[in-house]
Amino acid sequence: MMVFERRLLTRDRGAGLLEKLWLVPWSFVLLLCAIAAVGYVALYSAGGGAPEPYASKHALRFGFSLVMMLSIAMIDIRVIARLSWVGYALGVALLVLVAVHGQVGKGAQRWIELGPIQLQPSELMKIMLVLALAHWFHRASWERVGNLLFLVPPTLAVLLPVGLILKQPNLGTGLITAMVGGAVFWAAGVRWWKFALILASAAGIAPIAYERLHDYQRARIQTFLDPESDPLGAGYNIIQSKIALGSGGLWGKGFLQGTQGHLNFLPEKQTDFIFTMISEEFGLVGALGTLLLLALVVFFALAVALRTRHQYGRLVAVGLGVNFFLYIFVNIAMVTGSIPVGGVPLPLISHGGSAMLTAMLGFGLLLSVYVHRDAEFGAARE
Amino acid sequence: MSKRDEERRRNVFTRRALLLGAGQLGLLGFLGYRLQKLTLEEGERYATLAEENRVSTRLIAPPRGRILDRAERVVAANALNWRALLVAEQAEDIHATLETFSHILPLSEAERTRIERDIRRRRRFVPVVVRDFLTWEEMARIEVNAPDLPGISVDVGTTRDYPWAEHLAHVVGYVAPPSETDMDDDPLLALPGIRVGRAGMERFHDRVLRGRAGTLELEVNALGRVIRELDRREGVRGQDVQISIDAELQKAVRNRIEEGTSVVVLDARNGEVLAMASQPSFDPNLFSSGISAAQWREWTRSRATPLINKATNGLYAPGSTFKMVVGLAALEAKAVTPTERIFCPGYYDLGDARFHCWRKGGHGNLDLRNALKHSCDVYFYEAAKRTGIDRIAAMAKRFGLGVDLEIELPGAKAGFVPTREWRIRQGKAWNIGDTVVHGIGQGFYQLTPLSLATMAARLATGRAVQPHLTHALDGKAPRGVKAEDWPSLGIPERDLKLVREGMWAVVNEENGTAKVARLPNSLGVMAGKTGTTQVRRVSREQRERGFRVESQPREWRPHALFVAFAPFDNPQYAISVVVEHGTSGAGAAAPLARDIMADVLTRFRAPPAAAVPPAPAGTRSTEASRPPMLAEAPPPPAPETPRR
Repeated sequence: MMVFERRLLTRDRGAGLLEKLWLVPWSFVLLLCAIAAVGYVALYSAGGGAPEPYASKHALRFGFSLVMMLSIAMIDIRVIARLSWVGYALGVALLVLVAVHGQVGKGAQRWIELGPIQLQPSELMKIMLVLALAHWFHRASWERVGNLLFLVPPTLAVLLPVGLILKQPNLGTGLITAMVGGAVFWAAGVRWWKFALILASAAGIAPIAYERLHDYQRARIQTFLDPESDPLGAGYNIIQSKIALGSGGLWGKGFLQGTQGHLNFLPEKQTDFIFTMISEEFGLVGALGTLLLLALVVFFALAVALRTRHQYGRLVAVGLGVNFFLYIFVNIAMVTGSIPVGGVPLPLISHGGSAMLTAMLGFGLLLSVYVHRDAEFGAARE
Repeated sequence: MSKRDEERRRNVFTRRALLLGAGQLGLLGFLGYRLQKLTLEEGERYATLAEENRVSTRLIAPPRGRILDRAERVVAANALNWRALLVAEQAEDIHATLETFSHILPLSEAERTRIERDIRRRRRFVPVVVRDFLTWEEMARIEVNAPDLPGISVDVGTTRDYPWAEHLAHVVGYVAPPSETDMDDDPLLALPGIRVGRAGMERFHDRVLRGRAGTLELEVNALGRVIRELDRREGVRGQDVQISIDAELQKAVRNRIEEGTSVVVLDARNGEVLAMASQPSFDPNLFSSGISAAQWREWTRSRATPLINKATNGLYAPGSTFKMVVGLAALEAKAVTPTERIFCPGYYDLGDARFHCWRKGGHGNLDLRNALKHSCDVYFYEAAKRTGIDRIAAMAKRFGLGVDLEIELPGAKAGFVPTREWRIRQGKAWNIGDTVVHGIGQGFYQLTPLSLATMAARLATGRAVQPHLTHALDGKAPRGVKAEDWPSLGIPERDLKLVREGMWAVVNEENGTAKVARLPNSLGVMAGKTGTTQVRRVSREQRERGFRVESQPREWRPHALFVAFAPFDNPQYAISVVVEHGTSGAGAAAPLARDIMADVLTRFRAPPAAAVPPAPAGTRSTEASRPPMLAEAPPPPAPETPRR
């Protein structure tokens, strides 16, 4: 195996690329295509039964980011590992930039215009954080991870971007970022009791934090607790979403027959509430089918982690898997009225370039881990 | 890192990764459970909510029923109202469009303010009326310029149209948008653009005319925009109401009369109102198109009170037209006998007070018939004194005076006839002098022209006919179309006949007070009674100096009244005429009554064979130029079969 790896690294580029492409798990790529196709169908319906304005762009973006994903998959994981902290620094820089110059959307500064692309640096940041943390824990032995001092730098590395995102203010993404970081800590072997301690102190701080939340954030939490208390205000979205979901029944109202979606009762049906659209038109069957496809991606990431022979790759795969999982969980939990509305899109299905691009970037890295799962990292510098 | 270390680290990782995977699986399972709960367990509830979201039920206003006259001429109908509408979202620039529009049809500042306010208040796809009641030419100009008027469209609505305009305004009434007080349980009233009857028959028969609302189920989107029609259930159109008025007769009557005059023509047999005119009147069409504040002020402040129907709401002392009632009351009370004569020296002394007869020199000896003929005041002073006010008031009520006649005109006045008890309730005493004055129809009486016409009709037929305006509802006649529907007044035919003959003499004898009102022989014979009521007291000095009403200012002159029925031997029509400040009943009111009655008789020349039972038999109208004297008269037919 070692021999193979060495040979792979020394071969000339062209031939190596072809062989590497052969190593890409094409069934996974097919799975992504299937999910994107579900997105196309849903967006076609959201566009009032036409490819414009959403579906055709969606297909185009997917095609473009598919190429990007495969290109990233070809990059040696060790090269990526070496650039981990550079990526992290870039992510933080963009977060700072968005804080200074960002576009105001829904009362918060979140986007940045990079030519034709609207970028949400917080999305990128989550991936970069995974890479940086994976790099940090890559060489750490079980004993080392037990050392409290050793945990201080990565903790700060998590808190810095989380703080910037919360400041935007974007409570949902901030919490998700912290959870993604936590997942890497967890997989790296940080002791149970430390997590218990942090969760306990978080529970203690929560009431104080609630006081400092913005009104719209508090409104979201309040309407979550009792959506029907404010049927025309903030609770409207949740109620209409649940009506659309529930009214679909087992088999749905049929393609393009969703009344809630087509008559505009669903807010933001092409982005955050796209899953509702699917559920209304294709029923529980369609919703569970979509959920299954997305779950397969999550468990593919887990499988990649378990099969990888280097700690960096394992941690990256777990981190990216949890990141993707949190996307789908938060989104679907939100539209089913299980957690407060958070403005989280459904990756590969929702309309929007930034989310698609960052999701596919993550999959590119995941595939790179898979392709280079047996790569030999240099001797540990103890 | 040692191989052992690496192995340990890997084991920890695998364990923890699997735990993480299990956690994720659990959470995904939770999502699956949530989805199942929403779609299957609560699916039906949410399906209902989705349906409620989607479907908006609206009401469709049914067309309002028409109002027709007795000859089925349309007197109130729904006309098309062509109007220019503006849909804000179809106009690129609302101001530019309105600017262009005002070059084609000038828009006032007020109109613009209203349009802009309407646009602001409504959603951008809801049409706003820019201009109502477009003429053909205006419509053509808008259509020709359509390319320059983005957002403007011409559309047709309905409006209430009254082709007879002011001729029937008081009877038919008008419609207006409902006010708070009109709101009843009918959901129709909540519809925008709906009109309810505000006065007259439009108001009285509003429920009949209105019809029942239909429903329209529409699919709407979240903004309320209509996507498509799902279901339509037509309402029931309003029923047509046929009124008893003859519009042509009404118009002819109105064209004869001047300001301050009111006329009521009844079918004496059944109480149907054939004409009811009050001058001045107003044009109800102005209400449909939205009446201006200035016009409203002019109508409500005018001393001529065009909005008030004097025929039902004007209150007058009846004057000498009341003498038949006093005579009948006296006969019934046996205070006088039919042949008893009372001497008139030209005045009547009661204690210190002296009451004058209108004829200075007096009339000499008169019986009741001739007292009516000459309208002798002294005879009725005495008759009233002998009878007493309460018996007179009771008789007046039997003739429909001072009682609610239940005419189908909301707000119509009942009028008033005084009684001793009423005066005492006021804390005053009823003096015998009051009775004397009330014997000639002066005093506290407040009677409407309608009630005077009713009195004439009851005198003519002996039945308690009630005046009414409804001829048929949706083709079906209501109660009261046949004479037999009305009960007898219970007055002996002999007494009625005597009084009728007095009225005959007034018009047809050489020195009757209203011989001017005699009809041409070919048309038949009319019997009537004049009345002249002072609006100011004439003082003794005035009388001594030789009082002449003609020299008085118009508003001080007496009102002129006349009541009549015809043909005498087969009464079919009754009439009352009141000319405010007309100076004399014989001079102003009687000729009008003659001309109108002549018109009525000409118009309805082929009368139906059914005559009123108690009409004097054996005389034909053409031979009636000589009065059928009491002695010569055939025995009266049995009084009409009493029903009470």
